[in-house]
Amino acid sequence: MMTEFGSSALAGYLIISGILFVIGMIGFFVRRNLIVMFLCTELMFQGAAIAFVAIGRYLFDYSGQVMVIFILTVAAAEAALALALVVLLHRQRNTLDAEVYTELAE
Amino acid sequence: MPAVTVQQNVAIEWAGFILWMPLISLVLCGLCAACKVRSKLPALITVVSLATSFVLTAMLWQGYEAPVTIHLFDWIQVHWVDGSFISNFALYIDSLTLLWMLFVTGLGTLIALYASEYMEHDVGKGYTRFFAGVSVFLFAMGCLVMGDNLLMLYLGWEGVGFASYWLIGYFYKKPSAVAAAKKAFIVNRIGDLGLALAIYLIWSTFGTVQYTEIFAVLEDHSFATTYDTWTVHAIPYLLMLAAFGKSAQLPLYVWLPDAMEGPTPVSALIHAATMVTAGVYLIARTYPLFALDAAALPTVAWVGGLTAFFAATIGMAQYDIKRIMAYSTVSQLGYMFLGLGVLTSYGAAYHVFTHAFFKAVLFLTCGAIMHGFAGQLDLRKISGLRKMKGWKIVSYTMLVGCLCLAGFPLTSGYFSKDAILAQAFVTQGPGFVALGWLAIFTAGLTAYYTFRVWFRVCCGEEYFEAGDELHGQDSSSFHPHAPRLAINFVLIVIAVGAILAAAPYFMANETEGIHGGWVADMMHDSPAISGVPGAVGVHSTDGHEIHGSILGMDPHKAMYYISAIVGMIGIGFAVYFHLLRRSAADTLRNRLLASRSTRWLPTAMENKWYVDEIYIATIRTPLWIIGKAFVLVDRYLVDGLVVNGTASLPRVVAKWFSPLHNGAIQCYAVSMIGGAILVAALMFFMPEIVTYLQSLGETGSAGLEQTASIVGGLP
Repeated sequence: MMTEFGSSALAGYLIISGILFVIGMIGFFVRRNLIVMFLCTELMFQGAAIAFVAIGRYLFDYSGQVMVIFILTVAAAEAALALALVVLLHRQRNTLDAEVYTELAE
Repeated sequence: MPAVTVQQNVAIEWAGFILWMPLISLVLCGLCAACKVRSKLPALITVVSLATSFVLTAMLWQGYEAPVTIHLFDWIQVHWVDGSFISNFALYIDSLTLLWMLFVTGLGTLIALYASEYMEHDVGKGYTRFFAGVSVFLFAMGCLVMGDNLLMLYLGWEGVGFASYWLIGYFYKKPSAVAAAKKAFIVNRIGDLGLALAIYLIWSTFGTVQYTEIFAVLEDHSFATTYDTWTVHAIPYLLMLAAFGKSAQLPLYVWLPDAMEGPTPVSALIHAATMVTAGVYLIARTYPLFALDAAALPTVAWVGGLTAFFAATIGMAQYDIKRIMAYSTVSQLGYMFLGLGVLTSYGAAYHVFTHAFFKAVLFLTCGAIMHGFAGQLDLRKISGLRKMKGWKIVSYTMLVGCLCLAGFPLTSGYFSKDAILAQAFVTQGPGFVALGWLAIFTAGLTAYYTFRVWFRVCCGEEYFEAGDELHGQDSSSFHPHAPRLAINFVLIVIAVGAILAAAPYFMANETEGIHGGWVADMMHDSPAISGVPGAVGVHSTDGHEIHGSILGMDPHKAMYYISAIVGMIGIGFAVYFHLLRRSAADTLRNRLLASRSTRWLPTAMENKWYVDEIYIATIRTPLWIIGKAFVLVDRYLVDGLVVNGTASLPRVVAKWFSPLHNGAIQCYAVSMIGGAILVAALMFFMPEIVTYLQSLGETGSAGLEQTASIVGGLP
């Protein structure tokens, strides 16, 4: 049974999504551990995903949900790659501090 | 005028081998070089192939009836809607072609044989290179003479120029030889430019470059009135420029004397007998085109006559015998152009023919002397050659050459030169009579300088100084080595040829109304006689036409006596100054030098009238200065400012932004988010940006729709 989903309900979801995104962002900025930074990006992903689902529901448009499926897929693939990289980096320098890895500087 | 009928003849396609034989010889010489052959094999290959070419040419001549085209293969064929450009690799065989090919291949064979001995000290070093060069030359000369269109002539024209460059620079370790090769090549480029432009203009006017089609258009008498534009009038002058470059006429003759830096067989073959007559051939071949402008042939006559005189005065005062011969070549080529200009293409061709023989003899004897006396060519340092052991053949063949060149009565040069001199008095033209007297005077100078060489070198007391090419021998113990079998044999054969070259004059004519023997017959079938609109009537071949007079007599008869007398006077001066009283020549020179008013004459003549110096001052130095200026512009403006300046701009800009790339991942994240926030803030606070972007999107899509409608509208 479809319940009423007005703009006030949407606002709640969007606030939650915003909070998740900002927590992820701040975490990404302030933490130095690569794994934690990676987890923060996942958090930002989920914030965006909630916004998609909520707006999709509000507009009666299923594209929002489709987009979330994509986000989850990409996140899974990216997680596999990122964790593999993290393992390799850890083998090289025996640390996961982001400040150590600055070889890509100009 | 006899119509030039042209038929495609399949039965004589073997004539192509006249061209292919030198090419085969070139390839085999290349193989010899690759296999490092250290014997006289390359000479054998070349002589055999060239002899085959000669035999084929002679067979072609024996079977000759009427002009034929022999199609070898399609070369360039471009067609478009309203025109085409066709240039086949085809041979056009008429009597003019045959006349030229007979002496080109014949002398080519003999001179290659001579060179097999002359070049023997280079066996294993440059021997193969030399004969490869000779093969290239013969192939290119064949293309030039036998091609059925102007483009093939151009191929050959450039080819002989290249072969000439190759062979003048044969002694590439000698700076003067390298300079001479470059000079020859560059001066020839000026003429080649004229030829290229002439071919272009001919094509754009006539729509074809094939001789037969061009002449077919010209024979249509409406042509002159229909095409009266300046481009048509420019054609003969451009062709003239080409001919004057290749045949060393004023003002482009300066390369030929320097070309004597090459080995002597090359001087004899390329720079005396064959290649330098290519200009005469070009004008004879395209003779009807010279009627396009009324002043064209008189110009040819005047340039030829002045060159003949000018070069003869220089030749009188030189001491290097090979250089004297070089200037005499320039001078004799001048006679040939004079002949063409005064409408006796027969006289010009006959002089080419006889000159090829006697000048080849003269050069080859010079070569033999140079070979035997370690490079000595100064006529003051060799004397009495006639009495030395083993030098008899050289001395007397040289005498034959000298007699012909001097126009001694009843020699071949006498008849061919007379044909030209007399015609100058017959043909009506601007100042042709004066030109005729100038040419007669020049004939006297020719006789003098020719016998100056012979009396100095071959007569008198036995005396010699060795040259500087001693090949490790000591100059005090030096003994001249007399020429052996190959050189002597070739000298005798060509000297006999030079004597017999008088015989064609007495042959009965096959065609009626023509005088002058075999060569006149050979010219008669070719465009050099037929197809000259307006010029036919005054031609000597039509015996009943206008006849001028010289001292109240018929010019052709009077000239027999006049030129004989002038020649004898010239020889007489030579006898006095260079045989009987050699000191008199030096006394005369010293007396001229001592007097202030006459000092300029011997000085200027010995210094070749300072022509080279004038060219250096007026052409080379300004070009050099301009060249240096361009180098500076290139180095500092183009390279410095434009190229390197543009390249340094991104580097400078990158310097400002490179600190942003510090490798710290969080910094990147911050800048990214900061950028996103900045864009969002801009869009929020300045909504007109959004409106503008939207309008852009709309016009963009509208444009797309328009394109789509156009595309959709096409069938």
